[in-house]
Amino acid sequence: MLYREAGQFKATYAQDQQIFPIRQDRIAFALLLAAAFVVVPLIANQYWLSAILTPFLILSLATLGLNILTGYAGQLSLGTAAFMAVGAFMAYNFVLRMPWLGVIPSFILAGLCAAAVGIVFGLPSLRIKGFYLAVATLACQFFVLWAIQRIGWITNYSASGVITAQKIEIFAYAFDTPVRKYLLTLAIVAVMALLAKNLMRSETGRAFMAVRDMDVAASVIGIPMMKTKLLAFAISSFYCGMAGALYAYTYLGTVEPEAFTLDLSFRILFMVIIGGVGSILGSFLGAAFITLLPIFLSVLFGGISHATGMEISHAVVSNLELIIFGGLIIFFLIVEPQGLARLWQIAKEKLRLWPFPH
Amino acid sequence: MNVAFFFEVLIGGLLAGVMYSLVALGFVLIYKASGVFNFAQGAMVFLAALTFVSIMKMGINFWLALAVTLGVMVAFGIGIEKIVLRPLVNQPPITLFMATIGLAFVLEGLSQLVWGSQPHGLELGIPDVPMQWLSQKWNINVSQFELFAAGVAGAMVAALALFFQYTRIGRALRAVADDHQAALAVGIPLKNIWAIVWAVAGFVALVAGLMWGARNGVQYALTFIALKALPVLILGGFESVPGAIIGGLIIGASEKLAEVYIGPMVGGGIESWFAYVIALLFLLVRPQGLFGEKIIDRV
Repeated sequence: MLYREAGQFKATYAQDQQIFPIRQDRIAFALLLAAAFVVVPLIANQYWLSAILTPFLILSLATLGLNILTGYAGQLSLGTAAFMAVGAFMAYNFVLRMPWLGVIPSFILAGLCAAAVGIVFGLPSLRIKGFYLAVATLACQFFVLWAIQRIGWITNYSASGVITAQKIEIFAYAFDTPVRKYLLTLAIVAVMALLAKNLMRSETGRAFMAVRDMDVAASVIGIPMMKTKLLAFAISSFYCGMAGALYAYTYLGTVEPEAFTLDLSFRILFMVIIGGVGSILGSFLGAAFITLLPIFLSVLFGGISHATGMEISHAVVSNLELIIFGGLIIFFLIVEPQGLARLWQIAKEKLRLWPFPH
Repeated sequence: MNVAFFFEVLIGGLLAGVMYSLVALGFVLIYKASGVFNFAQGAMVFLAALTFVSIMKMGINFWLALAVTLGVMVAFGIGIEKIVLRPLVNQPPITLFMATIGLAFVLEGLSQLVWGSQPHGLELGIPDVPMQWLSQKWNINVSQFELFAAGVAGAMVAALALFFQYTRIGRALRAVADDHQAALAVGIPLKNIWAIVWAVAGFVALVAGLMWGARNGVQYALTFIALKALPVLILGGFESVPGAIIGGLIIGASEKLAEVYIGPMVGGGIESWFAYVIALLFLLVRPQGLFGEKIIDRV
């Protein structure tokens, strides 16, 4: 009874195009944003902000990027971390070599560089599909990391290939504390999530979905295959590149190419799958789940060893974590293959009927 | 260019390629019969090698250890089919693929939890030394061990080919690969067939694990050889056993030649991605790999 569309009529085109047509949703979302922007910085401690919330937001952005490519346009990619690496290292170079540009434009330019790389490695998608394409994107993963390690210019000739992100300063306002970094990340992620949501509701997004569902049929009804696929790669890599820049600047600080290995690509793919393929909300849910799971597990093991007085060795814990992590992924895929976003949808449908059974 | 050296590199590459093929075979088997892209093959290789070495370390003789490990792998194959795959029937391929990544984590964690994570050496009794008469006559150094590995791989492919071609189970496997529903309709028990395929893939993983373990030592890095096998796989085509072998030979040879002749020009270390680039170039001409099945699109 609390949550229903009945009585909420659409009388104008503006209303028809609202992201949240239901009033309760609008209120809930406004509250969520307020909580994220105001309440969290007030109550969260440094550890939570810098070690959990900021990486969660950044990984959500990367997941969003991959979700656009894999979930909406249907092109499986295993090169996400490589696009993030391009973003991170190019942002470093733009800030280093063009300091007058400002940080945010540098991030955007870095994202555009990632998009260019994405287009190049998206070219094979015009010929090959499915798992062949997935393996082909692995080429990007390995090649980009190799290039970053070999080409001295990218890392400003640092001997170990490690770069240190410069201080973030926007209009002489330094983003140097965890709270400020969190807020900057949150603002960028919020804007980009809104852009993504609107893009996916537009002609472009519908073209992506048509290509995903049946590419031959899509080209028959006049969707340009090349443009659509490459655009999907470009937008997705732009998001990943931005996420990479944020990863370097607001989370890691000191970045080595090894931070962007295949493992990270897989983790982001897990976030997409667990959160829900082809869902903006799902990207955030999936990222939250995968970020929090290891923390939860280590707290759990800490609690167990504390309670029983047994000393569990570090190797055992990390192996157990691997097993539980893998097991949970399989479990989730079996129980809810459409991801956490689907659970949310089911909950909404139930709420609509509540408290009456029919 | 020194001709003898060129041939030495070429033969070394071809033999290394056969080692890749050994791993790729496991992928092909499972993909052929169930359409699952099994990312856990690398973890299975690791599990098999680690189990075998640990049992050997207990002082049990070679053949018994082999039999026990084979038993473990078959049990795992059947278990995986029952616990992971059966509930996921009719899901899109990407879901199954993700499940096998999860499976890879479980297998890696489990094998290290049970057997410990320290690296082991593995001695199969074949010395890794150059063949005497080859190096004397032609001045070409070819490792005896790699020749042996190539022989094993060749024997395995022949055995698998015969198995697929002439046995009742082999025919059933091919029928399932062709069309699940038609196979079910003529009374082939799909579930049993899948369990058998996973068990056979476990056997292939065991052989690959022994060969790679003897060459590089049994350690966590063994799981990464799956990544080495992927270019071989897309080059040869996911569905083709001969493709895995030919693909392995092409990748192995060109990778080694590139490492020696192109590597120095760009600063070395290109083996991590060169195989992928070759595979990509092939794919641009033949999108299904060399021997893959042609996909016909219909609306």
